Amino acid sequence: MSDWYRDFANSGFGATITKQLGLPRPVELRRYEPGQPLLPGPAVVGSAGQGRLRQQLTALLIDAGVTVSSPEADGERLAAVLLDATGLTGPADLAAAHALLAPAVKRLAPSGRVLVLADPPADADSPAQAAARQALEGLVRSLAKELRAGATANLVLVPAGAEDGLAGPVRFFLSGRAAYVDGQVLTLTPATVPAGQDEDRPLAGRTAVVTGAARGIGAAIARVLSRDGAHVVLVDVPAAGESLAAVANEVGGTAVAMDITAPDAGPRLARQLVARHGGADVVVHNAGITRDKLLVNMDADRWNAVLAVNLQAQLDLTQALLDTAGALKAGARVVSVSSQSGIAGNRGQTNYAASKAGIIGMVRAWAPAFAERGATVNAVAPGFIVTEMTAGMPLGTREIGARLNSLQQGGLPVDVAETIAWLAQPASAGVNGQVVRVCGQSLVGA
Amino acid sequence: MAAPTRKAAIVGGNRTPFARANSVYARASNQDMLTAAIDGLVARFGLQDQQVGEVAAGAVLKHSRDFNLTREAVLGSRLSAATPAYDVQQACGTGLEAAVLVANKIALGQVESGIAGGVDTASDAPVAVNEDLRRVLMELNRAKTVQQRIKALSGLRPGHLSPSVPSTSEPRTGLSMGEHAAITAAQWEIGRTEQDELALRSHQALAAAYERGFFDDLVTPYLGLARDNNLRPDTSMEKLAKLKPVFGTGADATMTAGNSTPLTDGASAVLLASDEWAAERGLPVLAHLVDAQTAAVDHVHGGEGLLMAPVHAVPVLLARNGLTLQDFDFYEVHEAFASTVLATLKAWEDDAYCKDTLGLDGALGAIDRSKLNVAGSSLAAGHPFAATGGRIVATLAKLLAEAGPGKRGLISICAAGGQGVVAVLES
Ligand SMILES: NC(=O)c1ccc[n+]([C@@H]2O[C@H](COP(=O)([O-])OP(=O)(O)OC[C@H]3O[C@@H](n4cnc5c(N)ncnc54)[C@H](O)[C@@H]3O)[C@@H](O)[C@H]2O)c1
Repeated sequence: MSDWYRDFANSGFGATITKQLGLPRPVELRRYEPGQPLLPGPAVVGSAGQGRLRQQLTALLIDAGVTVSSPEADGERLAAVLLDATGLTGPADLAAAHALLAPAVKRLAPSGRVLVLADPPADADSPAQAAARQALEGLVRSLAKELRAGATANLVLVPAGAEDGLAGPVRFFLSGRAAYVDGQVLTLTPATVPAGQDEDRPLAGRTAVVTGAARGIGAAIARVLSRDGAHVVLVDVPAAGESLAAVANEVGGTAVAMDITAPDAGPRLARQLVARHGGADVVVHNAGITRDKLLVNMDADRWNAVLAVNLQAQLDLTQALLDTAGALKAGARVVSVSSQSGIAGNRGQTNYAASKAGIIGMVRAWAPAFAERGATVNAVAPGFIVTEMTAGMPLGTREIGARLNSLQQGGLPVDVAETIAWLAQPASAGVNGQVVRVCGQSLVGA
Repeated sequence: MAAPTRKAAIVGGNRTPFARANSVYARASNQDMLTAAIDGLVARFGLQDQQVGEVAAGAVLKHSRDFNLTREAVLGSRLSAATPAYDVQQACGTGLEAAVLVANKIALGQVESGIAGGVDTASDAPVAVNEDLRRVLMELNRAKTVQQRIKALSGLRPGHLSPSVPSTSEPRTGLSMGEHAAITAAQWEIGRTEQDELALRSHQALAAAYERGFFDDLVTPYLGLARDNNLRPDTSMEKLAKLKPVFGTGADATMTAGNSTPLTDGASAVLLASDEWAAERGLPVLAHLVDAQTAAVDHVHGGEGLLMAPVHAVPVLLARNGLTLQDFDFYEVHEAFASTVLATLKAWEDDAYCKDTLGLDGALGAIDRSKLNVAGSSLAAGHPFAATGGRIVATLAKLLAEAGPGKRGLISICAAGGQGVVAVLES
């Protein structure tokens, strides 16, 4: 989908106009392509206080072929700045964060990355330490709003013992896969992380189920999972079978025409997964519908349909897979598609927002049980994603909706898909019970 | 020494929804539809870039340019381009005959897997130049000099320009299939009400099957159509009774558009394999194709009704397999016309006919009607000639699989030219 405003704002004439009027000047984001280096330029790693991660981060970058430059060597444009803030003892240590970031951010290249790593405030030894850790959240979220030209800032909280799971998330946030993930706080949990994965095909040999895969974001998810090596089982309603088969044939997957709200949907899917695919490694609950109306005007059908597809079916399908021996493989990854509306609410979407908020409750509640199986369950909450659905919105609403975020543009289905594919990786074992927003740091519900 | 044989497994099927002629698929060609049916099968069973042993399929109404229809469809599909294919044509028996051919090669171990299919479009049917014009044009083609060309063209007459449109008339009798069926209906005294009842049941059974999701893994929507558009879930005896007869004369004029199949567009494909091939891929075995039989009758000289050949084929098949007509859990008798199904059943119940015409000891007997066409048949779904066999094979295989192991079904399909193809499937 073309972004005419972005293209206009970047044309010679458009650039002059938008500059004079002080209008947003969105840039084309750096997005992942197979074989791409992790970062297009050098990175700087600094610390605030005596951190425990700096060496690990530096080694990780070097291992990924990134040139690690010194904070002092000025001139060169930076692709990323990483701050190890695990050494914070109190607010005074934050000065070091400022001292590192201020000059480095000046040197940040387009689509640059600021990534801050710290301990969770809740684990702090003292109120002063907790304050300093929590302060980072304000710093990162504000910096994300100040950054320009597609650059992002995110915060990863690393509790003691979760260091092994650091590499996957760090790589993700630095890469083009996280193009539209901005101003987020991710908390890791200690987990056994499988050693090494083929970074070009991290899902090789894995089977992934995607619901609602016939079009839109679901089709993008199927394409990205397949690109990353997975065999994809694509589920959508029988009426969508024509495009479902086309997407399945495009990605070399298997089409299952099935309404996920059918009473036997869970057992049927479980049986097929066991018999034909030897179980699923990845399940992506993406199918979703909207039936918007103000609450006072909403009939029971609209309410029930949305809750049934968006929430109850996810619970039932997941439970059926958990209950069927062999349907979910060890170390499985379940990812649910929530929504910004589920976090911030949205006028006319009481039913939809209820279902999408419910998903967040569901993944958090399921996380410990999944962890026991070496598995994870997470949610992804997209913001304004440019699809056929949004193309049908009135121009004004659409253009405003698309700009109300720090990256000043709508996200693409592939941005949601990349985040899901990352959560599906073996290396994401330390990410569990999380809600990752893919919203370009939306102003809504931030 | 003959190689030991094995029974071919039916793994699954796929078809387009069937569409009444000149409706949704008016602009789709046979090749488009057959490719879609194959691609839907490929998507369902994850066969992208795979080579199956062979693809056998065909069409009844076929353009001369489609001499390699099936192979071209394979080349346009997501199957491996190294998959061999050939065309089959046995009128309305094409689809079932194709399945029998593939199953036989599997039985002999010549292939491990194969796809059998069929397609027809009455909307995009071949239209030929009429025979006189064709002669003039061929003469023109042979002409070497300008003079010879002028001479050839001087043979042109205005009447030559009217095209020759294919019809479903029998070449040797000049009668349409419906007219033939009407003769048989009169002969067997098949009444209007029982025909309408059969049609009503077909619509109700097909609608119910759709409602319970039976076709979710047998049909893939095509060109925006998700269900057969001939299906009238809300039809009734009253509505059917209002229709004017289109075939037959006088009191025998019992056949209407409601109890006869309409011209239909659509395609179907069935995946067959050895048990081993299916097991290696974790694919299901719905049923096995146990045996099949064809027969032909002399409808030209009045010896037998045009569509009565299956009546002759079935006893041969039963005898060879040591079965009686009652040894089945499901019967799929193709509903070319309601009267055809009813005449077929009546003939098997008729002691004198079974003795005198079929040469049996006595009547084959009645069948339990509640086992007949339980998921609907051609009266409701429509009948794209060569695609009907694939529809029935996949439907019956799934019915048998649902019913559990050890169940048995009979397929009976009549075809133009006084032919019939019948088969036994077992779960
Ligand atoms: N587009 C956005 O901006 C946006 C923003 C936030 C969240 N989301 C969420 O992302 C997901 C995908 O959205 P999209 O924009 O691609 O929507 P879409 O409508 O284009 O695709 C949804 C797919 O789900 C399928 N589906 C619906 N009900 C089903 C059922 N009962 N069984 C099986 N399949 C069913 C549909 O047939 C369709 O193919 C949804 O969960 C949506 O709520 C989208």
